[in-house]
Amino acid sequence: MLHTGRWRPWLFVGPALLLIAFFLVYPTVMTFARSFFGRGTQLYGPTIKFVGLKNWTYVFTNPVMRSALRNNALWVVLFTSCTVGFGLILAVMLDRVRYEKIVKSVIFVPAAISMVGASVIWKFIYAYRPVSMNQIGVLNAIVVALGGEPVGWLIERPWINNICLIVVGIWIWTGFCMVIFSAAYKNIPKQLMEAARIDGANEWHIFRKVILPLLAPTAAVIGTTMVVQVLKIFDIIYVMTNGNYSTEVIANRMYKEMFNFFNYGRASAIAVVLLILIVPFMILNIRRFTGQEGGR
Amino acid sequence: MSLRRMLSRTPLHLILILFAAVWLIPTLGLLITSFRDPSAIAGSGWWTIFPKLFSVGQYSLENYVSVILKEGFGRSFLNSLVISVPATLISTFIASFAAFGFAWLRFPGRKFLFMMVVGLMVIPLQMTFIPILPLYSKLGLAGTFPGIWLAHTAYGLPLTTYLVHNFMAAIPKDLFDSAAIDGASAFTIFQRIVMPISLPAIASVFIFQFLWIWNDLLVALIYLGAKPEVAPMTVKIANLVTNRGQDWELLTAAAFVSMALPLVVFFSLQRYFVRGILAGSVKG
Repeated sequence: MLHTGRWRPWLFVGPALLLIAFFLVYPTVMTFARSFFGRGTQLYGPTIKFVGLKNWTYVFTNPVMRSALRNNALWVVLFTSCTVGFGLILAVMLDRVRYEKIVKSVIFVPAAISMVGASVIWKFIYAYRPVSMNQIGVLNAIVVALGGEPVGWLIERPWINNICLIVVGIWIWTGFCMVIFSAAYKNIPKQLMEAARIDGANEWHIFRKVILPLLAPTAAVIGTTMVVQVLKIFDIIYVMTNGNYSTEVIANRMYKEMFNFFNYGRASAIAVVLLILIVPFMILNIRRFTGQEGGR
Repeated sequence: MSLRRMLSRTPLHLILILFAAVWLIPTLGLLITSFRDPSAIAGSGWWTIFPKLFSVGQYSLENYVSVILKEGFGRSFLNSLVISVPATLISTFIASFAAFGFAWLRFPGRKFLFMMVVGLMVIPLQMTFIPILPLYSKLGLAGTFPGIWLAHTAYGLPLTTYLVHNFMAAIPKDLFDSAAIDGASAFTIFQRIVMPISLPAIASVFIFQFLWIWNDLLVALIYLGAKPEVAPMTVKIANLVTNRGQDWELLTAAAFVSMALPLVVFFSLQRYFVRGILAGSVKG
C-alpha cells in the first residue's frame, strides 16, 4: 500500500464509482421497484399506477412469454452443449495436425464481427425462394439439388427455425470456446498421454481417462459463460426474425415491451427475470475466476 | 509416414475440413455476393461464379458505392467510429485510475467497494435501461454521442477495472518503493511507473472494449435509436434487414463494411485480441 493523503485515493476511484452508482446500482434498484407498477414510459409520476404482482403473473402466464422462456431453455441446452462440445473436440483434434493455425483462425473469426453482421451472413444462407425460381441460399440449393422442396428455414416453427437461429449462435461462439480449450489443453504435460500410450491405452481411452478429467474445470467455466451469454441472447433474434413465428426470447420480448408497447412495468419484470436467471451462473463464474487468480 | 497411419488419420482430417468449410463458406458467400451485380445476385446462387471465377467483368464495386454514398453507410461508419473511439478511451482511462486506486491506495471501504464493482458484472444491461432512459430524455442526452459515451463507459467499467486491477496488483512493490521514499506522489508513481508497465494489459482491454462497442446493437438501439445522424452501422444494418430484407446487394455490402474494421483488428492484433477476449468473457 502506498501512503497518500486522505482525499487523494478518491480522485482515483471516485469517477468510476460515481458512474457505476448512477448507471448500474441506481437503475437496478429502480427496475425492481418499477416491476410492480403499470404501463407507461415514465419511471414514476401521476399516470404510473401500482399494480402489485400483475406484471409478474403476466411474465409467467402469458403464452408469448412462456414460449420465450421455452425458447431460451432450448437455446441454453443446444447452444451450450454444441459450443462447448465442438470447442473441446476442435482444440484436441487441431493439436494433432500441421494446419492447426489456419483452421483455428477460420473458426475464431466470427468472434470478432458483430452478431448483426453474422445474422446477415446466415440470413443469406437460409434464403428461401419458391420452387419455380433459382435458389440463392446455399442450404435450399443443396436441398433442391438432392431432389427436395425448398424450406422456409426461418419460418418453419417451432423446431426448424429455432434450431436455425441457434446454429448462428453456435457459429459465432464455437471459436471462442476452442481458443480457451486449446490454451488449457496445451498446458497438459505431454508425458501423461505418452505414459498412457505406453501402457497400451488407445486414443479414445486417453481422451476419456486423461484429457477429459483434466479439462473438466475449463469446461465448467466455459459452459457457465456460454449459459450467461445465451440467456441474454438478443441481436440474432432481433435481426433475423424479431421473435416472429414462435422464435421469441426473453431479451427481445423485453425490448418490445419497452419500445413497441410502451409498458415499462412489464419490461421491468422481464428484466428482473433475466437477472434472476443469470445471477447464479455469474456468481459461479466470478468465484472460479477470482479463485484462479488467487491461486496463481 | 506409413500408409496405415495416413489412412487411420483420414477421419480426423475429414472432420476438420468439414468444420473449416462450415465456418468459411457463409462468409465467403457474403463477400462474393457483395461484388456481384444485383440482377446476377437475384438470378443465380453466388457459387455459380466458380466455373468462370476469373472473368473480372462480373465483379464491381457498385454495391459498395451505393451503400456508402446513397444509403448513408458512410455516415454510419463515421458514427460507429465517433461512438466507439471516445467511449473506449474514456472507459479505459477511468478504469486504469480506479484499478490503481483499488490495488495500491489505502482508503476506508476499499475491499468492500472493489467487491461491489466486481459483483456488478452480474447485472444484465437490461436491468438498467428503464430508469436511465427517461432521465436521459429529461437531460437531453438521449440520441446524443455524449449520452452513449457515458453509458458505454459505465457499462464497461466493472470488467475493465477488474482486469486492469489484476494486472496492476501483481506488480512487485519494490518497483515503486524507492520512488515513494523519494517523495513521489501517488499520481507521479501512477503516471511514471505503473502506467508504462501496465500498457500491454491495458492494450488488450482497450481492443476488447473497442470491438465490444463497435459490434454493439442493443445499447445503441436504446440510447441512440435509428436517427441517421447518430445511428451506428449495427443499427443501420438491422433496419435495412427489416425494411429491405431482399436487397442482398445492399445487405451483403453493408455487412462487409461493418465487418472490415474488426477483421483488420483481428488479423493484425490477434495476440492482444485473444488475451482480451479470454479475460473478458464474463462481460454483462
